[in-house]
Amino acid sequence: MTVEDEIEIMGQRLNDKIRNIFGRSLHIREVDAGSCNACEVEVNALSNPIYDIERFGLHIVASPRHADMLLVTGPVTRNMELALLKTYNATPSPKLVAAMGSCACNGGIFGDTYASCGGVDKIIPVDVYIPGCPPRPQAVIFGLMVALDKLEQKIRKKEV
Amino acid sequence: MNANIESIKKEFNTNVLEVSTLHNETYLTVKKELIVKMCDYIYHHLDLPVVCIFATDERKIDGSFKIHYVFSEARDDSFIILRISIDEKNPKYPSITNKIASANWYEREIQDMFGLIPQGHPDPRRLMNFEDWPAGVHPLRKDFDIKTKPPRVDGEYIYRRVEGEGVYEIPVGPVHAGVIEPGHFRFSVAGEPIINLEIRHFYTHKGVEKLFENISIDKAVFLAERISGDNSVAHAVTFCQAMEKIAGLNIPPRANHIRTILLELERIYNHIADIAGIATDVAFSFGAAHANKLKEDVLQLNERVTGSRLLRGMNTIGGVRRDIGGSKDEILLSLSIIQRDFRKLMEHLSSTPSLMDRIETTGRLYNDIAKGLHVVGPVGRASGIDRDMRRDHPYAAYKEFNFKVIVSKAGDVHARTIVRADEVCESVGLIEQALWSLPEGDIRVKVDKIPDGYALGICEAPRGETIYWIRTSGNKIERCKVRDPSFCNWLSIEYAVLDNIVPDFPIINKSLSLSYSGNDM
Ligand code: SF4
Repeated sequence: MTVEDEIEIMGQRLNDKIRNIFGRSLHIREVDAGSCNACEVEVNALSNPIYDIERFGLHIVASPRHADMLLVTGPVTRNMELALLKTYNATPSPKLVAAMGSCACNGGIFGDTYASCGGVDKIIPVDVYIPGCPPRPQAVIFGLMVALDKLEQKIRKKEV
Repeated sequence: MNANIESIKKEFNTNVLEVSTLHNETYLTVKKELIVKMCDYIYHHLDLPVVCIFATDERKIDGSFKIHYVFSEARDDSFIILRISIDEKNPKYPSITNKIASANWYEREIQDMFGLIPQGHPDPRRLMNFEDWPAGVHPLRKDFDIKTKPPRVDGEYIYRRVEGEGVYEIPVGPVHAGVIEPGHFRFSVAGEPIINLEIRHFYTHKGVEKLFENISIDKAVFLAERISGDNSVAHAVTFCQAMEKIAGLNIPPRANHIRTILLELERIYNHIADIAGIATDVAFSFGAAHANKLKEDVLQLNERVTGSRLLRGMNTIGGVRRDIGGSKDEILLSLSIIQRDFRKLMEHLSSTPSLMDRIETTGRLYNDIAKGLHVVGPVGRASGIDRDMRRDHPYAAYKEFNFKVIVSKAGDVHARTIVRADEVCESVGLIEQALWSLPEGDIRVKVDKIPDGYALGICEAPRGETIYWIRTSGNKIERCKVRDPSFCNWLSIEYAVLDNIVPDFPIINKSLSLSYSGNDM
């Protein structure tokens, strides 16, 4: 299967989920909390004409105030910790947080040191972890689907 | 011994305490009182650029810190390294920034990381230890434990202020609107034109140099790959070269060819990405989409050939870990298609007046400023600095191939775009030559143990010259200084934006292609 076919299939499933839950599109704000910038390369790839996630109802927005979800990369450096917290607080609830990349999942190779806090969940609550260094674009899309499932569960629980 | 060293010795005779030569590196131990004069002499009189300044903590050996000033001599591929000793009880030394502007950040970095004070530095504010770090925290000192969590204290960074009627400030970052890395920009503007820009970075400081001292050597290559993610190969190769130099290893010719191919694949996707970014920032979506698709084509080729879209995990001390000779035809075919499409793209871009209008004369970086700051890579070459490590300090297999070093004088966004575009074509040529002449044989030599020693590694990354200086001891890394090209280039943005309008800032920024992570480390 070519990358294009793969994305087409995953994308349609993603789109169905988004429509089910939001009835509209999912807005994502990407936050680099200290990554090595390779995770950003892959987030940017999501918007290129091959993946083009916008057509599946995913929109990368310019401000946390417009976002349903934060996609956080990097091990959260000491110098970015406060900025990440502020960004989280500026995002309206209910919100989702996805930790993208090994660094965001648990600090990765940078670990827990004087300059790095370790994973994103040390600072803010995380709903879904997307491993990989960096995760391929397909993995990011898959991770987003898992996040949406979780959100759906959360909503159902509330309804019950 | 070469002529420059002779003339330094003649000029400063008794002040040069010790001379030692290792490979192509000559270390001169000199008196610290004379360092300004000597650097000034080498820089201005002998006309050699300072490519790196770094400190080491050798208190365990002789009770002192050392600072090294590395000068590069392109003519005969060698380095002159001045070394001064600083006593722990009197941790001060004379600053050279007033004579050599490019020393600015190095001296401030040493001040934060080692607590050595550059006396007479024109701007001694902190750099990577933010104001909320307590005083006296110097992570690269040997007695600082990497796991320490210094408490947060009160403190505020004071920005330069521009005053006058109608002048106001625009703060931007560290979290930006686009998908880019974090950093802070403080503009002072009157109307649209930018009067002053101050950058404040090091938000992504991850303690990389300290980490090197705390991980095993086989893991260290992976760390090097993660210093500036889109320059993974360049960092890994530079690291490995320094280690191989210490170990006195000659790596197999086939491995050198493969490294060259990987380095050039990396350059191609980076340069195309920069061109895509420029097209995006002038809102020329068609061009941006086209360029982004080409970049994706290269990333997918990378994955098919090496298993990693960003070419990671390929390099190792002693060679490469995977043979790509079997993919020869695939690489050649894909690249010829990519190059054909890329040419079309560039034709299209240069015949689009709305794009050209935005990038010509925009963000001019004048040659004297670029030279003063030691701006490197395609950005430096677009401002008339004829320097390219592949030619000046050849490594991997570059000596065997023909390629042109592209230089332009204009120094604007347009020049930087054209330099990159032409370099893409040169890179394709290099890969073709490397594949056609791929020697038979092994791809790596086995390395069990790295002997004690020290050496420089150097490489021309897509962003410019990357330098490592490593000292090993007991099969561990004692000190690993990493100098990413962005560390040299970031300050140039403060000059390139002057008199430009705020909306042109993103284009200028993109055209300089600066890495935050590589800079902050
Ligand atoms: S997970 Fe890997 S690619 Fe992502 S920021 Fe960390 S080191 Fe870089």
